[in-house]
Amino acid sequence: IGVDEKSLISILTNSNEEHKRSLRKGSSKLFIEDENGFERWDQSSIKILKHQFNRFRDAVVLSLLHPWERDARLIEKAIRKGPKHYNVIVEVACTRSSDQLLGARKAYHSLFHHSIEEHLTHIKGRERKLLVALVSAYRYEGTGVNEDVAKSESQILYEAINNGDKNKLLDHEDAIMILATRSKQHLQALYRHYSQSYDKNLAQDLEGEGILKDTVECLCTPQTYFTRVLEAAVKEDADEESKRALTRVIVTQKEQLVKEGFVPNKIQDILLGLYKDFMLASIASGDIK
Amino acid sequence: MATLKVPVHVPSPSEDAEQLRKAFEGWGTNEQLIIDILAHRNAAQRNSIRKVYGEAYGEDLLKCLEKELTSDFERAVLLFTLDPAERDAHLANEATKKFTSSNWILMEIACSRSSHELLNVKRAYHARYKKSLEEDVAHHTTGEYRKLLVPLVSAFRYEGEEVNMTLAKSEAKILHDKISDKHYTDEEVIRIVSTRSKAQLNATLNHYNTSFGNAINKDLKADPSDEFLKLLRAVIKCLTTPEQYFEKVLRQAINKLGSDEWALTRVVTTRAEVDMVRIKEAYQRRNSIPLEQAIAKDTSGDYEKFLLALIGAGDA
Repeated sequence: IGVDEKSLISILTNSNEEHKRSLRKGSSKLFIEDENGFERWDQSSIKILKHQFNRFRDAVVLSLLHPWERDARLIEKAIRKGPKHYNVIVEVACTRSSDQLLGARKAYHSLFHHSIEEHLTHIKGRERKLLVALVSAYRYEGTGVNEDVAKSESQILYEAINNGDKNKLLDHEDAIMILATRSKQHLQALYRHYSQSYDKNLAQDLEGEGILKDTVECLCTPQTYFTRVLEAAVKEDADEESKRALTRVIVTQKEQLVKEGFVPNKIQDILLGLYKDFMLASIASGDIK
Repeated sequence: MATLKVPVHVPSPSEDAEQLRKAFEGWGTNEQLIIDILAHRNAAQRNSIRKVYGEAYGEDLLKCLEKELTSDFERAVLLFTLDPAERDAHLANEATKKFTSSNWILMEIACSRSSHELLNVKRAYHARYKKSLEEDVAHHTTGEYRKLLVPLVSAFRYEGEEVNMTLAKSEAKILHDKISDKHYTDEEVIRIVSTRSKAQLNATLNHYNTSFGNAINKDLKADPSDEFLKLLRAVIKCLTTPEQYFEKVLRQAINKLGSDEWALTRVVTTRAEVDMVRIKEAYQRRNSIPLEQAIAKDTSGDYEKFLLALIGAGDA
């Protein structure tokens, strides 16, 4: 994830005081000459350094945790942090396998002495119904889809979106039932029928509908969802949350990403770039092996 | 506690399988032998017998039982022989079908089983019916029943004993307010009833009683003929005092009240290995006669013998 641990450790452990002083003197970006005769560190640069280490630490911790505990903690945090983070709940509930989600629910019991559904009570907004339903799902995972039912349910969703009050979508009982109980195969078939029947795709029709769109994407076209999250994270003006999403997605999805040959080069470049710059800036001498 | 009696020295599954095979052979069927074996083996033992029987004779034991037995006795033996999770999956699936539909049975399974038992039921359902229990319930129930049953069936309740008294108090108030306004299907009511742990729910209902003078089920009797309210009262009973719930089901079945045709079979076969001891006690308290006596009066033949064996009458 970026920090060149090996080089750093060898530098720090092999350096004597003289060497370290020359490192500091050579790293004008990180250390400034203080009038009292010592090389003082520059606040803002060190801030960046700490941030990088924090992200490294977060990534390490996230990687080490058992996936069930990891997902339980991600959900708990998202509930606490509020509406902007509800997509994480959707992400966990909809992109994990049925047994993985179940495991997360069990871990949640152990860690927090409540079920996820109970803690979702803290959410006062209209998203609660959908979130509770998604998190309680134990979807069938086999093949075999009733195409007729998938088609008629795509119709139900179409009507809910286009003929009903869009504001009431989150309260639409049938829509929520379909999204929360049907198998992923079934929903993917429904997605296809929707595009065929209505010439636009379901996710696009839910543009602007926040977690409803996230739900449909996570269930039917997870790559689209993850691409979206990753791209937001590598933008120039990405905020801290988006960057954290980068760590989360890469750590939790790395098998999937690798399998689909998915990691866009953009990300690799940006990561290396950031840390490359940092290393060059902090170590003036050219003898890093 | 279970009433099922298993002998101290249990024959091996192959011996049992062989005996069962003998029971089917020739003219007629040796029903007594079937009762002697199947009514005296626990779930793990029955599963082994089924497996061994299938390997030895190339046929599913259940199919043979179906061929050889009839009527109430057949249904009782088939139901009991099934592994508990498979049994519940079978009952639940039946309950979603048009002509055998029953919201009650769905509720009973969702509320009286432990979180882990319910999970096993859902797994067995996937395996057997290639759908999820939740989607079948969602698809086959409507209106207020669906609003209540889908969350109940999807629940994975925390099973610890911890209770938050402040929460219990505030949720008792919420329930009281909604019930007073007759908003029985209000989201808050459904939420509390379908997500709280059983211990927490118990505390809430105790608070309700203390704070408002009536037990919640008394207040839910406002309209005695309302079917939905009946179900809601049963939900609460099932979650907090299941033996009382089952006592009532048995009482009504034995007195031929109501229309729950297979109730006696269902309750005995599904609770014999769970809490039949407490159900029997509740029955005796409420009806002044032991359950064995009531069943003996109400049933006959092999069916009667099988049920009595399951509730612990006679020896192992």
